[in-house]
Amino acid sequence: MSFPVFWISMMNDRRLNGLTLSEMRRALQAGEVSSVELVEAFRNAWEEDSSNEKPVNGYVEFFADAAQQARKADEARAAGGHGKLLGLPIAVKDNIQIAGRLTTCASNILQGYRAPYSATVIERLEAAGAVFLGRANMDEFAMGSSCEYSCYGAVRNPHDRDRTAGGSSGGSAALVAAKQAPFALGSDTGGSVRLPASFCGVYGLKPSYGTLSRYGLVAFGSSLDQIGFLARSVEDLQLVLSVAAAGVDPRDQTSEKTGFENAGPLRARSLSGLTIGIPGQLVSEAVDPQVLQVFDEFRRWLESAGAKTRVISIPVLDACVAMYYIIAPAEASSNLSRFDGVKYGRRAAGAENLDAMYEKTREEGFGPEVKRRILIGNYVLSSGYYDAYYKKAQGVRALLQQRMDAVFEEVDLLASPTSPTPPFRLGEKVDDPLAMYLTDICTTPANLTKSPALSLPGGRTSDGLPVGVQLTGRRFCEMTLLETAYSWEREHAG
Amino acid sequence: MKYEVVIGCEVHVQLQTRSKAFCRCPNTFGGEPNSRVCPVCMGLPGSLPVTNSAMIEAAILAGLALDCDIAGVTKFDRKHYVYPDLPKGYQISQFDMPICTGGHIDIPASDGSLRRVRIIRVHMEEDAGKNIHPDDGRSVSYLDYNRCGTPLLEIVSEPDLRAPQEASAYVQAIREILRAVGVSDCNMEEGSLRCDANINLWVYEDGKKYATPIAEIKNMNSFRSIRNALEYEVKRQVREWEQSRLLLEVAGKTTRGYLEAKGITVLQRAKEEASDYRYFPEPDLKPISISREMIDALKARVGALPAERRRRYIGEYGITEQDALNLTSSAAMADFFEAAAAGHPEPKRISNFILAEVKKYLNQRSIGVDELAVDARAFRRLIDLVDAGKISGKIAKEVFVDMADTGKDALAIIEEKGLIQIDNSDAIAQAVDEVIVENPDSAADYKNGKEKAIGFLMGQVMKKTKGKANPAMAIQLLRAKLK
Repeated sequence: MSFPVFWISMMNDRRLNGLTLSEMRRALQAGEVSSVELVEAFRNAWEEDSSNEKPVNGYVEFFADAAQQARKADEARAAGGHGKLLGLPIAVKDNIQIAGRLTTCASNILQGYRAPYSATVIERLEAAGAVFLGRANMDEFAMGSSCEYSCYGAVRNPHDRDRTAGGSSGGSAALVAAKQAPFALGSDTGGSVRLPASFCGVYGLKPSYGTLSRYGLVAFGSSLDQIGFLARSVEDLQLVLSVAAAGVDPRDQTSEKTGFENAGPLRARSLSGLTIGIPGQLVSEAVDPQVLQVFDEFRRWLESAGAKTRVISIPVLDACVAMYYIIAPAEASSNLSRFDGVKYGRRAAGAENLDAMYEKTREEGFGPEVKRRILIGNYVLSSGYYDAYYKKAQGVRALLQQRMDAVFEEVDLLASPTSPTPPFRLGEKVDDPLAMYLTDICTTPANLTKSPALSLPGGRTSDGLPVGVQLTGRRFCEMTLLETAYSWEREHAG
Repeated sequence: MKYEVVIGCEVHVQLQTRSKAFCRCPNTFGGEPNSRVCPVCMGLPGSLPVTNSAMIEAAILAGLALDCDIAGVTKFDRKHYVYPDLPKGYQISQFDMPICTGGHIDIPASDGSLRRVRIIRVHMEEDAGKNIHPDDGRSVSYLDYNRCGTPLLEIVSEPDLRAPQEASAYVQAIREILRAVGVSDCNMEEGSLRCDANINLWVYEDGKKYATPIAEIKNMNSFRSIRNALEYEVKRQVREWEQSRLLLEVAGKTTRGYLEAKGITVLQRAKEEASDYRYFPEPDLKPISISREMIDALKARVGALPAERRRRYIGEYGITEQDALNLTSSAAMADFFEAAAAGHPEPKRISNFILAEVKKYLNQRSIGVDELAVDARAFRRLIDLVDAGKISGKIAKEVFVDMADTGKDALAIIEEKGLIQIDNSDAIAQAVDEVIVENPDSAADYKNGKEKAIGFLMGQVMKKTKGKANPAMAIQLLRAKLK
């Protein structure tokens, strides 16, 4: 019995596409596969999906030179090269700059903008030999929880094409879930890595604020932003973290020394001795029952693995979404004021004077959610309102930090659902900003307190929709999160 | 109508650090447009500022030199406004926690007394780029971002100045001080020192005091234009008051630009719209702690500042306040004085000679003391000759001019010209006798108790000896002979 040649190649693709980054790494080292083959497998998967009636729409650009990068990596390996990520393909969210390539933040206002320099994280990945597959779709300027606010159109959830992939790193998560990329960089300001990870059934890590350099990540909320990872395995998260977090970046004063670059291979750990707190508010009746059910199973597993769990109350947690939707838009309104058509990106034609040029450029260049947040941000910073909103929000943020510090005196980790709901339908919340914002109730606390947080694919609803579980740790205790998630993965994956 | 002029200044000074405030671009003047820029100072997406510690040091040095308190903790804030030369749409500045507060500078007031100008605050910020509008009729503008990110200090004074020339003297004093500590060259032509002034009048009528609307005057690009612009503005405000009797609380504050060519100020912005800069703490930069040790180390570098020098001159040398002020009008002058007076028992005499003769010479030739052909050591040798009785103080004045003109040493000049004082009592006695004989009336006057007459007779003795008679011996002999 014989198959046509193209069919065999498809089978190979399917097999390759399903590998984790770490598996690919071992296969590359063993000479079982080439980087070029890996890249071609992902390109094929993307092309195949693009012709779908309802494509995932995770890539806004698949790099034409991806195979060429891969060839170089293969040559480097043949010449004895052994970068930690040599030949490993990674997709990059469209707000993380790679020198010479377009970076548009899925916004009309940055159409045609080519990054003149690379983000520090990109430089480190590149130095370790990574191959960049393409730019991942996102909510415009990372503002959104559903990946519907993109100038390239919405991202579809690979598990149900009529549902959202979550946002704002929805493209990154969907690509990993749809096996169009084994790993993707995202960014997380209020849950933008973890929420899509939860919706798409993959792993998502938001490191502590300061673990990864923000240099070259187009800023949204500067005191909250952090580059994060979407992956198919916990091992992969740790692998890329060890490369990307290699020491303080002198170009980012808010980056810190973590030592993660020296972390050894992940070990499954016994959870005995760990105390895990469950914030009562995040498992209340406001949360979807199917989500609660998945979370309860996870909680039972924690206990069976030796951890103690207890429900705790952190009253100020209730204010997180409110705080977040003051602080993040305030910083965004400031960060986005540079997009004025004067220096780069899109400039509206036909303006009769400078003010009209600004107005037309920003009117045409920004989408509705970005405009909404710029307005909110300017409002909460304006004199007369500053004290009532921005200053008060910062005060509550400091209070939250104190409470969380106290909580982490008593517990080692916090566990909760990642999202109060399973993936919702496209269009369901796009016209209801408040409902959309409430999606971030479980994820914003980690950004506000600079803590690391991880979403793991905890289970599924009766309709087969993914449901994520979130672990949050003390600042710079990424390893505890990863080891706990790794223990879970060893028992549940596959 | 009786009125008082009230002026406060906001001075911007570019700091002379090697690199810019928040990136590594060279901090120099000019250059091919947009040649000294990088993603950070251009505010490109994704770039982040990193504080240049040399800027912090320079700001502390300046603050110490201006007698300010240095903050233990300071931070940066974002100040938002929209202008093409501001690439990020905000300026990194300092809002509610400036690095320095509460200093002062003493300057000569218009009435000759000493004016203490209080400094409210000194803060750090980054400079913007420049708009270039070609004057060939095309409706295009160009932008040069080279200046973007240049570290600036903004020095804000209380409205303590009471005359246009005081404002000019204040800015000159700032320049003097900041040059002395080496943080800026304060070159107004290149824009490394820029001054805006807030000016209004307090009018006193019928036992009441009225404040006229404040005008903020911009575009004053030299010390002369500060004086001229403000003098014009005083006249304009007097006229406006007489015509409209407009009050500050009604009219608020306007912004006016000085047109140097016409010597007038013109309205730029009417009643200032409550500008809302939407300040908030710069999240990309951490707050900065300034340790006591750092401040103390920098204090040692501040060295002899004008105010400190004046205190010493007045306290230790017995020099008047006014003279001390004049001696410290430039660091070079103060250095010259101190070097010349070193170890001298009567520094006041040296100060008198410098402020009279040396200053006169410098003024006549419009040169600075550092351009004088006589250095402090040569000058001191001249004074030593007077002290040793070799020449009189009067002759010394002539010798000084010769020295300054020719660069020759004092001793060489007096030997060459035969100016050595006559110490021979016989020779002086002869001249004294002759003078008494030739001026019998004056001699009689003195004998009758008119002390003043001796001055005239002394003058005649000196004239007869061509100024070479030892004055002390001459007067002694005169008194003896007229007894």
